Amino acid sequence: MSRILKAFENGPAFIGFVTGGDPTLESSAGFIEAMADGGADLIEIGVPFSDPVAEGPVIQEANLRALKNGCTVDGIFGLVEAVRQKHQVPLVLLTYLNPVFHYGYERFFARCRETGADGVIIPDLPYEERGELSGIAAKNGVDVITMIAPTSASRIRMLAGEAKGFVYVVSSMGVTGVRSEIETDLESILAVVRDSTGTPAAVGFGISTPEQALRISRLADGVIVGSAIVKIAAQYGAGAAPHIREYVRTMKDAIRQGR
Amino acid sequence: MSKGRYGVHGGQYIPETLMSELIRLEEAYEFYKNDAGFKRQLDTLLKEYAGRPSLLYFAEKMTRDLGGAKIYLKREDLNHTGSHKINNVLGQVLLAKKMGKTRVIAETGAGQHGVAAATAAALLDMECEVFMGEEDTRRQALNVYRMELLGAKVHPVMSGTRTLKDAVNETMREWTRRVHDTHYVLGSVMGPHPFPMMVRDFQSVIGREARAQMLEREGRLPSAAVACVGGGSNAMGLFYAFIPDETVRLIGCEAAGLGLDTGKHAATIAMGSPGVFHGMKSYFCQDEYGQIAPVYSISAGLDYPGIGPEHAYLHDTGRAEYVPVTDSEAVEAFEYLARTEGIICAIESAHAVAHVRKIAPSMGPDEILLVCLSGRGDKDVAAIARYRGVDIHEQDS
Repeated sequence: MSRILKAFENGPAFIGFVTGGDPTLESSAGFIEAMADGGADLIEIGVPFSDPVAEGPVIQEANLRALKNGCTVDGIFGLVEAVRQKHQVPLVLLTYLNPVFHYGYERFFARCRETGADGVIIPDLPYEERGELSGIAAKNGVDVITMIAPTSASRIRMLAGEAKGFVYVVSSMGVTGVRSEIETDLESILAVVRDSTGTPAAVGFGISTPEQALRISRLADGVIVGSAIVKIAAQYGAGAAPHIREYVRTMKDAIRQGR
Repeated sequence: MSKGRYGVHGGQYIPETLMSELIRLEEAYEFYKNDAGFKRQLDTLLKEYAGRPSLLYFAEKMTRDLGGAKIYLKREDLNHTGSHKINNVLGQVLLAKKMGKTRVIAETGAGQHGVAAATAAALLDMECEVFMGEEDTRRQALNVYRMELLGAKVHPVMSGTRTLKDAVNETMREWTRRVHDTHYVLGSVMGPHPFPMMVRDFQSVIGREARAQMLEREGRLPSAAVACVGGGSNAMGLFYAFIPDETVRLIGCEAAGLGLDTGKHAATIAMGSPGVFHGMKSYFCQDEYGQIAPVYSISAGLDYPGIGPEHAYLHDTGRAEYVPVTDSEAVEAFEYLARTEGIICAIESAHAVAHVRKIAPSMGPDEILLVCLSGRGDKDVAAIARYRGVDIHEQDS
């Protein structure tokens, strides 16, 4: 069984996100360790991009801080390698397509395999365009995570049917960022997903509080939190690790209650 | 491979949240482009409202002065709202209305597309919000006020480089927030399919008219068709009708800013490399890790790090050629056209005029150069004055 699937074995998973290289690659390694210590079952590492069109202001700014501090794709692979030496927590890279395309698909997925990245989430690569890299990713044992949106409707079966690793269900319209309310009918979307695939489904976008995490964990196999963690990193900078550990622990505790 | 390909370029590289909408948009476009009622309505708007057909003007003084090829100007600057942008927005806003949308959003660089979108929205009773880089709202303050007069809300974009690229990012973000009642009126032959095809089709009226006018006036086709290229909508609109005419050279003029070797330019074909951004595969100005580069041009409308995918394809196949033109060459051409022909053209269009000044003298008198004058230059007068160090600040008397 893959590391990603294992993350979903013991009840609903907590998935934490951090932008790689914000503020430095060393601090990112500390944040990832803190998340793992706090109980995160899977960790997404954002590959900084100049123009993250699917992100709200919090992660946009984290991307720009990381780039300003010189973070590169090779730096991110170095980070994965460093974390992998100490931890078996599944690591998934969230990246826009252009850095992958520019690096070269063969070279990028080979580096994922060599360093120990288990999957990739590419927000600007919809189902229709996946063919150009899915074979290369599969050859290297890297899962390309399928995203499902509130607008996917009749597409859900087609999308979920081919999902590997986990299905990323986008909770809300718009971009990433903390929201007070999630209005999408997640129950019906998740019902169709479950009916189409045995791959676990995690919900992300807009989740920040333990109450929201608890509610989502009753519906889905995993809860994804990004902007709320990146906000803590922005607030405390290089010293954010203990705060991130504490936050992740609180969220994971809330999810455990839901079981 | 997916739809909307031009060789390896094009495609639909956008978040899943927008995929269903793009599919609906393509279906609606494919239906209405052949619908007699839609075509009649659009033709009437283009004729009665936008002022089409636009003139094909023989620039006799310029021809004599340059002493080579005969020069004809396709006067898109005379359209309502002052540029070719109206051709596309009337088509798209009308289509959006047919699709049941009540609100349109648009990005704008120089403000020409924003003004055109706000105009079409006012005419066709749609809400309109325009996203414009904060830097551009200062460079083009007059156009901001113009859009507001037309009833649009203008959002200054504070992210990234605060120019056209960031305005596109923010408009895409807004579309993913609110897609059910909103159409994104993309302003150029770029973005995910079906936009490059749809915008080209709506702009292709430029080349269709020019080709017929040229045959009527001269009984033959031009040696070359020349247009400025940012995203490339006026160029694609001009070129499209001439693609099968292999004797007609197609020349796109890119913004070389302060010069290709200064790093301060927006010359995508000359200096860019293949990439995937803003929904399309094409050429982009970017660094060795695929980070989109900050670009620069005196012209806010050409200040874009990419180029439409069909241009990328025309470049790959060699059917069209793309040449760099610097700020100073464009400013000189802007002033030259004003003095010589009494036409103040947009600084974007002046890039095409500048290239014509370079190539016309070495061509024979039996040759013809067709130039797309994509917009008028009222919006640029203050910037050119600043460039020349002239203070024209208006004061209360």
